[in-house]
Amino acid sequence: MKFIPNSEAKNEMLKEIGIKSMDELFSDIPKKVRTTNLNINKGLTQQETEKKLRKIAEKNVSCNEHLCFLGGGIKLHFMPSAVKALASRSEFFTAYTPYQSEASQGFLQAMFEYQSMIAELTGMDVANCSLYDGVTALSEAALMCSRILKKKTFIIPHNISWEKKCVLGNYAKGSGIKIKEIKYDYKTGKVDLSNLKQTIDNETAGFYIENPNFFGIFEDDVNEISKIVNKSGSLFVVGVDPISLGVTKSPGDYGADIVIGEGRALGNTMDFGGSSLGIFACKKEYLRQIPGRLIGLTKDAQSKRAFCMALQTREQHIRRSRATSNICTNEGICALTASIYLSWLGSNGLEKLARTNLEKGNSLAEKITSINGFEKRFTGFHFNEFVIETKFNINKIYKMFIDRNIQGGFVLSQQYPELKNCMLFGISEVHSDQEIDELVSVLKGVS
Amino acid sequence: MNYSIDSGMYPLGSCTMKYNPRICEEISSWDKFSCTHPFQDYSTIQGNLQILFELERMVCDLTGMDYFCLQPAAGAHGEFLGLLLTRVYHESKGESHRTEVILPDTAHGTNPASAAMAGYKINEIPSNTEGTVDLDILEKTLTNNTACFMLTNPNTLGIFESDILEISKMVHKAGALLYYDGANMNAIMGEARPGDMGFDIVHLNLHKTFSTPHGGGGPGSGPVGVNIKLEKFLPIPRIGKKKDGTYIFDYDAPESIGKIKGFYGNFSVLLKAYIYITLMGKDGLKEASEIAVLNSNYMKQKILESGKYKMTYKPLRKHEFVISCEKLKQEKGITAKDIAKRLLDHGLHPPTVYFPMIVMEALMIEPTETESKEDLDRYIDALIKIADEDPEIVKNSPINTSVKRVDEVGATKNPILTWNMI
Repeated sequence: MKFIPNSEAKNEMLKEIGIKSMDELFSDIPKKVRTTNLNINKGLTQQETEKKLRKIAEKNVSCNEHLCFLGGGIKLHFMPSAVKALASRSEFFTAYTPYQSEASQGFLQAMFEYQSMIAELTGMDVANCSLYDGVTALSEAALMCSRILKKKTFIIPHNISWEKKCVLGNYAKGSGIKIKEIKYDYKTGKVDLSNLKQTIDNETAGFYIENPNFFGIFEDDVNEISKIVNKSGSLFVVGVDPISLGVTKSPGDYGADIVIGEGRALGNTMDFGGSSLGIFACKKEYLRQIPGRLIGLTKDAQSKRAFCMALQTREQHIRRSRATSNICTNEGICALTASIYLSWLGSNGLEKLARTNLEKGNSLAEKITSINGFEKRFTGFHFNEFVIETKFNINKIYKMFIDRNIQGGFVLSQQYPELKNCMLFGISEVHSDQEIDELVSVLKGVS
Repeated sequence: MNYSIDSGMYPLGSCTMKYNPRICEEISSWDKFSCTHPFQDYSTIQGNLQILFELERMVCDLTGMDYFCLQPAAGAHGEFLGLLLTRVYHESKGESHRTEVILPDTAHGTNPASAAMAGYKINEIPSNTEGTVDLDILEKTLTNNTACFMLTNPNTLGIFESDILEISKMVHKAGALLYYDGANMNAIMGEARPGDMGFDIVHLNLHKTFSTPHGGGGPGSGPVGVNIKLEKFLPIPRIGKKKDGTYIFDYDAPESIGKIKGFYGNFSVLLKAYIYITLMGKDGLKEASEIAVLNSNYMKQKILESGKYKMTYKPLRKHEFVISCEKLKQEKGITAKDIAKRLLDHGLHPPTVYFPMIVMEALMIEPTETESKEDLDRYIDALIKIADEDPEIVKNSPINTSVKRVDEVGATKNPILTWNMI
């Protein structure tokens, strides 16, 4: 199946412009590199394609077919039909970046609403209209701290995901930023404050915490952390799960300078980890250092309200090598989905959703730890993910889960060798009491 | 309120706005794909892994590269990865002194931005009178400090760099790598492959060439292909296939640079591109490039025949071409921006304007293969008609849109970025 309406008009068009053959149109390509044949198969019809893909899809098990208690920065959430319906309108998803504002007011306003809601949620003054994901958002934040303070050290704690550290390491190379890692408290699962005090100094561009962190634990010493960071003259970067902000203080309330996060959970599907939505917000004074696109409110020639891209001189298409980031294509439709989702929920809805996640997280942890041989690894207060340590063989448990059609928890020892026999569980509003009982009954059978 | 490719022609140069087949949207939204978690057991994600494994083979075949990494989320992200690979490659050979990236003055803005982010100094060289790479200047610029030469082929003027084999020889003789910016790959599918031209690193834009929707800005996907000498540095995980036919993520790559994005890239976009390639097949992809190039040359010729617009440099173009409104500016005082805004009144989306910078008052037009001859004719007519219109009407356009001409300068001078900032 091809999508080429001019197949038939080809010869007529060639003739009209005085070109003898298709070959003549490609005569500027040296013969030596002209492709003769490809290995890719011949095209299929839509029916054949659908059949083929159905066969491939059958080799997957979706999280609606088995019980999924996986977390690690991505979880199954409920997707309201209205959000899906609106976000899949083709005026939105088949549009390009809104360079022509007069013909893009719909998308521009949706992005402006997104920026407004993210700024409000995070307690920041401004937000951009998305980066690739929460992982690269941390990297961009580190680069931004270094640009603002002209300092070359950035500190992260050990209790964030392995991926984030790895990607950050790659982003930091080019600017010569040194990444230092501090310990977490093995008892609470929270950042080790004394180690932070020892490590941070006046050469530090920024310090990052995640709230809740990779182990699902709330970093509740934030006021003290903020003081330490402030004293050293560095910037305070906080990573969030936006849903948790329905029950916690916003990072702006405890002194954050930059807030980043993964926003996929706001109405987007899991998609095997991508697409994704990088949240990026900060204080007003750093506005001109923000990476990525910004939408602003302005007026048209008749003084009517209008929206357009703003502060483009920071971006690569204008500033080239001196741009604040190389990002061009972002995650527009995911941000649009997030803005529809947040509007659909409203602030009461978000609070209720966060509360449900918190309650389910704590109720599941309680049920699991009531079984002999299963303990919470950390004493810190958790949101909708938590780490369980067991005296039983973790690989055996994992295998039992797979046999019973259960996914999760996530075995942590590969990424955190110190966490032997530990599993990270994730839960959300989608899990029913019956499903929770099913997981618990499997664990009861372990001993 | 919001123009889209479904509303009509959207001929933004170097952006490849083509029709987004709905079957790709439908299939990628199936639970079996969209509702899978990245940490699921391999036994429950064999379908996803098969898609990734086979897609890598497909894009290798199309580009002539040996291996691909599907992780980058966009073209610029792919460039950044390509330059990190360049860096580690030279370091591994004890040549850390290679700190400079060369690119032509027609390069996309992301090229210098990505190179700077990867820690490189940028050396931009002027194009020759043909609008292509000046071989003499390139030869003089290449030194022992050059890490890589970045090139788009066809370039942003839509001109194929016919000297590509000489360029490749020169770059490699200097010990540097040759980088292919795949933004313009829609011109040469099935016609020529970057790997055969001597490129060491290639990025593709699946959201351009392979029809996945732009989503008002994203998500995209910018896979990076390399030849064998760079393979060991590629990000992890790689997609492996065991002897018994099962697929796995392979993390065993001690010299890998690690990761560039969370999880495995924008899977939903990769899946849509896989479906698109399956539908089109090798013949369909080749024909797509042929008709994209035909449509572009057809429009170019008809517009130039009108005498209203001028085009410098080589006449034969690939999938896009760049014309200048300089004549109209001098005679009637209307600019490329005015023409762009007036096109909106005709119900059409303007081309890219003021790029590449070596063309004054540039209109950069890329019609793509999914437009019909009727649509091309309508667009040509509109451009010619606007040139003859009362300049005051053109300068005060648009008038048929939901808002009139928007004050972009004001939005930057006095930035209001949230409702709270009012």
